[in-house]
Amino acid sequence: MPPTPTRQQQPARAVRADAPSGSVLYRRRAAGLLVILAALAIVALFSVSFGANPLSPAEAWRVLWERDGSEASDIVWTVRLPRTLLGVLVGAAFGVAGALIQALTRNPLADTGVLGINSGAGFVITVGVGIFSLSSIQGYIWFAFLGAAAATVLVYLIGSAGRASAAPETLVLAGVALSAVLDGVSTFLMLIDEETFRALRAWGLGSIARTGADETLAVLPFIALGLVLAILLSGSLNSIALGDDLAASLGTRVVRVRVLGITAVALLAGGATALTGGIVFVGLMVPHVVRWFTGPDQRWIILYSALASPVLVLAADVLGRVIVRPGEIEAGIITAVIGAPVLIVLVRRRNASGL
Amino acid sequence: MNKESVAFGYRTRTLRFRWGSGRVGVRLLTVSAVLFLTAVVLATVSLTYGDYPLTLQQVFATLTGGEQGFERTIVVKWRLPIAIAAVVFGALLGIGGAIFQSLTRNPLGSPDVIGFDSGSFTAVVLAIIVVGTNSYWWLAFAAIAGGLVTAFAVYVLSYRRGIQGFRMIIIGIAVSAMLVSVNHYLISRAEIKDAMTVGLWKAGTISRVTWPPMIPALAVAALIVVAAALLAPAMRRLELGDDAAVTLGTRSGPVRLGLIVAGVSTVAVVTAAAGPISFIALAAPQLARRLTRSAGESLLASAGMGAALLAGAHLLSLYIAQLYRPVPVGLITVCLGGGYMIWLLLREARQRYGLVR
Repeated sequence: MPPTPTRQQQPARAVRADAPSGSVLYRRRAAGLLVILAALAIVALFSVSFGANPLSPAEAWRVLWERDGSEASDIVWTVRLPRTLLGVLVGAAFGVAGALIQALTRNPLADTGVLGINSGAGFVITVGVGIFSLSSIQGYIWFAFLGAAAATVLVYLIGSAGRASAAPETLVLAGVALSAVLDGVSTFLMLIDEETFRALRAWGLGSIARTGADETLAVLPFIALGLVLAILLSGSLNSIALGDDLAASLGTRVVRVRVLGITAVALLAGGATALTGGIVFVGLMVPHVVRWFTGPDQRWIILYSALASPVLVLAADVLGRVIVRPGEIEAGIITAVIGAPVLIVLVRRRNASGL
Repeated sequence: MNKESVAFGYRTRTLRFRWGSGRVGVRLLTVSAVLFLTAVVLATVSLTYGDYPLTLQQVFATLTGGEQGFERTIVVKWRLPIAIAAVVFGALLGIGGAIFQSLTRNPLGSPDVIGFDSGSFTAVVLAIIVVGTNSYWWLAFAAIAGGLVTAFAVYVLSYRRGIQGFRMIIIGIAVSAMLVSVNHYLISRAEIKDAMTVGLWKAGTISRVTWPPMIPALAVAALIVVAAALLAPAMRRLELGDDAAVTLGTRSGPVRLGLIVAGVSTVAVVTAAAGPISFIALAAPQLARRLTRSAGESLLASAGMGAALLAGAHLLSLYIAQLYRPVPVGLITVCLGGGYMIWLLLREARQRYGLVR
């Protein structure tokens, strides 16, 4: 934004008069955390109640505690509870991956879906299923990590070809081109080989309805590892935000942080993509909304994103179940419809929550 | 022509007729002619491929009327509309891409990146599912309307103290992401009977084109080509900037509106008949520009390049269909064109930092 012409030139680094003092900020952040946790609890309760066979929240709450073998308890325990846990898991994974990639690239428009990282994971999974005939998630999860990591590195190299760090728009365009190509080739592989097509038809579309509980449990350790890694890195990401040179002079090992950060992104986005086929725009939206409350401290942003993103994914999933009952709209479609306007607003006023 | 040691740029030839005269670049004309010829040759070769293979001699005999019966049905009734579609649709996409790249002054500002084809496709799917129409005229109309509404939305959303090319492209991408997921939803709910076919159509395929939808498509295509040819000189002047263009006597507002309508229509017509075929509009003008070594995007050469690219991709898809199974031509253009786009970005980024040139 160009500087507004004022009569008197402002000092370059004026302290904002309305900036909250330390203790106020701390209290506000802690209160915000409570609000998010409450929201998460409510959405999770909705998620186990609503569906083709709706239960009252009170009923759902009761069978959560006593598994009495009734029809309601079967529905909750075998279908809706695993689905809700999956939503929480992939929500946290995509949200934190988005926050990480935004911090690593210092790019407010970054998101694992927009940058083609999900497509990279999906592409390598398709190759794994098509060529090596893998059918279980334990088999192809490693392909997902590999694909996500390769796509992250590749899109970063494309976006930052040249010496300066990548311009936000260039990175997004590189990601769009990359995901177009990778999705195209994936579809191509699926179409020329009927076996692959059949194996992967249920997968994809960003739905959290079709994945089994055993698959969720298989991927859980990897996503947990990614979350822990992200939280450990968050302090160093604060100094990376100042630029690589300044971060290095503050004692941050820039290369190590980047490598570990990309590893965490690959674990999170790869794992969550293997489970759902990729949910876009969650990693874009949530860190931005969260930043309005937490300020620029990455430690809080990552913590908040990990808790707030599941709220968004579960809410999208519940909405998809409610608006076309008895059918369903995939959560990924709902987040795309909500998320695209957010991207538009961000491009129009980039300074609002820029990094 | 008197000989001088000063280079006057590219070789041109002045053509004079009773009704007017003009200067044309020799290289531009040659390259365009070669491209169109390539497209026609590729399309003719594609007539031989299929479940019932024919030789080139048989195809020629059928086309000239020598052969009758079953061969004639195959070639003229089934394969010829597809071959014509490959050439004409490719040319249309090339023209549409050249118009928008010229308007946004950015090689990435082509209608498939900005998402006009997704908008057209949404309108077509809605027309089929909600209105229940199957008339090709109505579908073409819906596609153009959907594309124009999308174009208008993208334009309004990216307007903030003027239009900035990059902002418009990103907003186009966002709008297109939204429309793509809506399309996805509509299609997955509309036809469950054959997911594979839906997958083919969504990716853009010309192999299901028949004569009835080709007739309105060709009629609209002819209109668009005439309009684009009439607007081409004004488009050249707009590239100089609005002020200079107005000084040279161009009415910038109406011309720009006309160009947008023509450009959206090209993509819409193709989308209505074949589904979204991406990246031809992006790649054709740029490749043509490099071949003709011209300063801007030439409509004629872009059309030729688009026709050659789509005819080539169509031939490739037929070849793959023989080896494995049918693959939509839109997928082939995405794989090739997306790779080209990545290369373009790499090159742009390096240029910005002064590593090239």
